[in-house]
Order: sequence, then C-alpha cells, then structure tokens
Amino acid sequence: MAISMTTAAAERVRSFLHNRGKGIGLRVGVKTTGCSGLAYVLEFVDTLNDDDQVFEHDDLKLIVDGKSLVYIDGTQLDFTKEGLNEGFKFNNPNVNGECGCGESFTV
Amino acid sequence: MALLQIAEPGQSAAPHQHKLAAGIDLGTTNSLVATVRSGEANTLKNTEGRDMLPSVVRYSAEGVTVGDAAMQAADNDAENTIVSVKRLMGKGYSETLALNDKVPYRLVDQQGLVAIDTALGVKNPVEVSAEILATLANTASETLGGELNGVVITVPAYFDDAQRQATKDAAKLAGLTVLRLLNEPTAAALAYGLDSGQEGVIAVYDLGGGTFDISILRLRRGVFEVLATGGDSALGGDDFDHALVSWMQQQAGVSNLSHQQMRQYLTLARSVKEQLSATDTVNFSLPGTQQQAELSRAEFNQLISPLVKKTSRACRQVLRDAGLTAADIATVVMVGGSTRVPLVRSEVAAFFGSEPLTSIDPDKVVALGAAIQANVLVGNKAEADTLLLDVIPLSLGLETMGGLTEKIIPRNTVIPVARAQEFTTFKDGQTAMALHVVQGERELVENCRSLARFELRGIPPMPAGGAHIRVTFQVDADGLLSVSAQEKSTGVQANIQVKPSYGLSDDQVADMLKGSMQYARQDMQQRLLREQQVEAERVLEAVGQALKADAALLSAAEFANIEQALAQLAKIKQGDDTAAIKAAIEHTNTLTDDFAARRMDQSIRQALKGHNVDEV
Repeated sequence: MAISMTTAAAERVRSFLHNRGKGIGLRVGVKTTGCSGLAYVLEFVDTLNDDDQVFEHDDLKLIVDGKSLVYIDGTQLDFTKEGLNEGFKFNNPNVNGECGCGESFTV
Repeated sequence: MALLQIAEPGQSAAPHQHKLAAGIDLGTTNSLVATVRSGEANTLKNTEGRDMLPSVVRYSAEGVTVGDAAMQAADNDAENTIVSVKRLMGKGYSETLALNDKVPYRLVDQQGLVAIDTALGVKNPVEVSAEILATLANTASETLGGELNGVVITVPAYFDDAQRQATKDAAKLAGLTVLRLLNEPTAAALAYGLDSGQEGVIAVYDLGGGTFDISILRLRRGVFEVLATGGDSALGGDDFDHALVSWMQQQAGVSNLSHQQMRQYLTLARSVKEQLSATDTVNFSLPGTQQQAELSRAEFNQLISPLVKKTSRACRQVLRDAGLTAADIATVVMVGGSTRVPLVRSEVAAFFGSEPLTSIDPDKVVALGAAIQANVLVGNKAEADTLLLDVIPLSLGLETMGGLTEKIIPRNTVIPVARAQEFTTFKDGQTAMALHVVQGERELVENCRSLARFELRGIPPMPAGGAHIRVTFQVDADGLLSVSAQEKSTGVQANIQVKPSYGLSDDQVADMLKGSMQYARQDMQQRLLREQQVEAERVLEAVGQALKADAALLSAAEFANIEQALAQLAKIKQGDDTAAIKAAIEHTNTLTDDFAARRMDQSIRQALKGHNVDEV
C-alpha cells in the first residue's frame, strides 16, 4: 500500500509547510460526507495519531490514517493549474464515480 | 475534478462548504485583491498576469472598461475616464467644487452628492467604485473556482461614516458581501503578524502614488486602536516623477512639453526613479533630443529631499497629536510603492530611530492583511479570537438645549459599541422631541459636524422634565452608526441609520481635533453661558406659567415686582455675561420664593380638603 505525489505537488507542499513555520507533514485522507459518499481531506499535520501511517517522499511526510488508506491506496497527489485556478488534485485509481464537481466520490 | 487546498488540522470543510473569502485594497491609484490558500496569503493575478489593477474606470459608447485598458484611453477620452474616484467617495457636491478645475470630467450635483457626467450617463462614485470591486471579485472567483462568500475591504483610517458607508454601498452594488471594512494601517500591521506580537505602539508610513498617510496605532489586548492619523492627500511618488521631469527639462533645455512629450518624460522619470533604487547612477537619453544625461542617486535624493522632508514634518505632527515621541514607537511598517525609494527608507529610519519593516511588498501589504482578516472572518481558521476591533475617530453625540453637544460615545471607544443615555422634555406638555446627531470634539453644536436629524413624536403630555426618553447610540463593527430614541412610559420610538451626505477629509478631522484643544477654554466659557441661558429660559417659562395660574396669591406690588424681575432676566439673557445671567436668575428665584411657598401651601390645602389626617 502506498501514496505518492508528483514533483509539482511536492514543491508546493514544501513551500506551504515552510511558509506556515510549523507542521510535520501533510495529511491526505477521506471522510464520509458529501453528495457522492466520500470526500477528500487535505490538511497540515502537527501531531500524529495512533493509527496513522507515514509515507516518506524525499524530505516530506505524507500521513494517512488506516481507515482512509483503503479508499485511496495507490493515489498520486498532483498540483495543477486550470486557468487562473490552481490547487491539489487526487489521482485515485479506486474511484468509481464522482459527483459533478468532483469534490466527493464513491469507490 | 475540483482543485483542493490544504487546510489547518481538523479544519477540512465538507464538500461544497469551502468558504471563499478575499481581501480587497481599494486604492486611490491602484487596487488589489488577495486571498489565503493553503495557509498562505497571496495577491491574485488577472488573466493578463497583473495583480495591480489601476483604479480607473472608463464609460464610453462601447461600454465600461476598468483598469489598464481604461487607463490607456485616459489621454484620448479624459472626460469619460474616471481616475482617483476614491477622493470623491461620500463627498457632497459643494465639497468638491474646488476640484472642478482640476479634473477633466464634469462633476454634477446628484441630490447634494457629487457625481460624474459620462458618455453613459451620470455615474456616482459608488457606482464607479463598484465597477472596480466587481472586476477584482471576478478575478478572485475565477482564481478560486467559485463565488466569494465574503470580502474584507480596506479604507483609510481617517474615513468617516459617510465614506465608509459609500464603500459598503459600492460593495453591495458589486454583489459582494462585506465581512467588514478594515483600516488600511491595521491591515498592514496584520500582514506583518503584529497582532500576535508584543503590545505597543506602531507607526504605519504609507506613501503611495498620490497620497501620503501616517497612522499611529496602539495594540493592546489584541485590539488595534488608532491614536492619530495625518498626512498629505496630495503628496506621493507622482510628485517624485514630476520633480525628475522638471530636472530633465532643464537638462534638455525644453520648456513647454506637449501632452505626448509629457507622457514620454513621465514614463522615463518613473523608470529612472525605479532604477535608482537599485543602482547608484543611471544613463539615459532625453526624449525628443540627441542628448544623453546621467543622474546619480545623490542628485536624485537632492531633487526629492524637500518632498520627503514634508512627510517627516507630518510624522512629527501626528506624533504630537498622539502625545508621543519617536522613542515610543516600537515598530514602523512601510506601505506604498514609493517607500522603495532608498531616501524615504533612510529618512524614516532616522526619524523613528529604528529600521522600518519592509520585507513584504509595500504595494501588496494592505491587500494581504485584508485577505488574512477575511480568511478568519469567513470561518476558515479556528483562532477566531484574532477578530480585530477598531475605534471611532471622533466623538458621537446629541444636540441639547442651547446648542450644546452632549457626547454619548467618546472618541477612541472600541467598536462595536452601544451606549444609552436618558433625556427629558423641556416644556410642559411637550409631545415631540427633535434629535440632532453630531460628530466632533467641540462643545457647541455649530462647531461640530451634523450627521442626522430625526424626531420622536407621540410623547404623552407631561410637565417639563417628566418624560424619560432613552436615546441609544449603536456603532457596528464597520463603524456605522444607528441612533434610536424611546419614550419609556409608552414605548413610542423613532430611529435613524446615519448615512450622512457629507464627508470629512483627513485634514478636516485633524482640524476638528486640533480645534477642540485650541478652543478648549473658549468652548468651556461658551458652554457655561449657554447653560445659564437655558436655565434662564426655564425659569422664565416656569414663573410665567405660575403667574398665569396663581396671580391671585400675589398682591399687586408683588406681582409687579416679579414681572419686572422677569423682564430684567429676559433682557440680560440676551447678552453674553454669564455671571450677570446667573445673578438675575438667583434674584428671580429669591423674589419668587414666597410665591412658590404659597402655591405649595395652596395645592396641599386643596389636596387635603375633605380628608382627615388618618387618611393622609
């Protein structure tokens, strides 16, 4: 089981963490809400929880809780620009269906 | 799929619940929009890749254009291209008469307020500002991928109620929800994170293209209090450019420049000025000639030195207003593109005796601070206790009898605030009361600024002084005032939202504050005089009523005596001798003591008639 990210995403995460001045890594995960079942979580991490798994990416830590991992295993996190808008994107091989806007999904 | 941003731990929003917020610096020359994404505040670029939007709006037959496109047309279509509209916000037509010769467009009177006649009809400053705000908001919602939930807009610390209300109206017209208006110096301090730093006094030195503002803030218990503001609304980097152009003209030996040439020279001057911030000498050729010229930074400093000295004088003045010295200032924050000029930095450092903060781009610092505040207010951040409070710049009060000001909320009170005070009637059977809301520090209403008038009607007839009328002043978080008055026995009430039609300039606010010090003694004497005059009037009214009702209790001689005393009092009251009025009132009081006692006896006798002692 693994989670990875692209170079573009890693660069941004590194810069955001540096800018924030604290935090040990980036939490990726899911929570059970949203119009299509599940929604992604993307947060800074200050303290680890017991069931957290840590994936190293160079000097960065991607942190996933055990329950989320089954939904997003194999996901690659990317950072892209769409017009003026820019942000992170989950390339998740487990997804079966998304709601129209893509903010929530089912597996 | 939607693009995501990193949230603070535990703050991930549910899908479709992302709160989008932006901070807007609505400037005189340029405007910017900024937002916080993944914990980082950044200004947002429009589709042309620029984050500075010139605050210029053009109304032509083809439609409305905003920003760079409008500015390019300014030369050919000056009468329909509106620049520096911020200077007109919340102003009355009569206040802007002096501007009529200075602006290329036609200012017109729109129900007392100033407006501009354009090719697309009459546009008022609120509409023009709304175009700028809508353009910025559009950039923001395209960048953030959704409609904005709310914005924070910055305004100068010296903006009064009318100017703040006009700014809010512009936002409403642009379809924006204003989370709050934030003072520009406070926003700059926020961008540097000074709100979480040590308590103390902060100076914000803001030298823009055409305006200079210096504000002294005090941070105490997380609240920024504006201690004093000052500056020069007609001094900025543009004056540096003009000084440089004059020098270039001398070098080139040309006296009269055509409009076209002037533009060339100004563009060159701006570029030379900017280069001299980084290098010691600049070589360039003078437009329209074959001549080469060289300018060193030292020479440039000499050219602009008188202008920079002017800002130092304003700093000295504002410190004096705040009752502080340069040594009391813990931190100096630099705002505005012109603070990049090395001479400005060194002068400010020398004046305040400490290195100013310059690490954040001075053009963006206000917008970034606004974005940080917007992010907190919209609910994206847990630490909601970083809510900022401001203070009211000038005392708010009511006119009382004799044209005196009764201050309800003193200046520098932290907002939001509500204060109530009870007033009563002056005459027997009085059924209505006129309330006149004023703003200022002086004792007499005529020296303060009139904000609004309204009437409370339906007061039940009662003897003078019998009614209890509770007047409540409420100032919301944006510094906007509402006043209500309620008669307590019947509950009848009246209220007003203060949306004054005339604005005050920073100079006027400063003058009003200065006036209150300068005329303190004179004001006090005036107040004492007016108080005695009001008291005299009350005595005349009361005794006159008594004479009408109970003349029978007096002998002809006594009646004549009192009448004479009243006539005397009425005459002295007209004069300005406070002591004489007081003496005449006392004389009347002594003279009528016996009469009052007899009236009292009579009414007791009447009340007790037919009752025995046990009943009483």
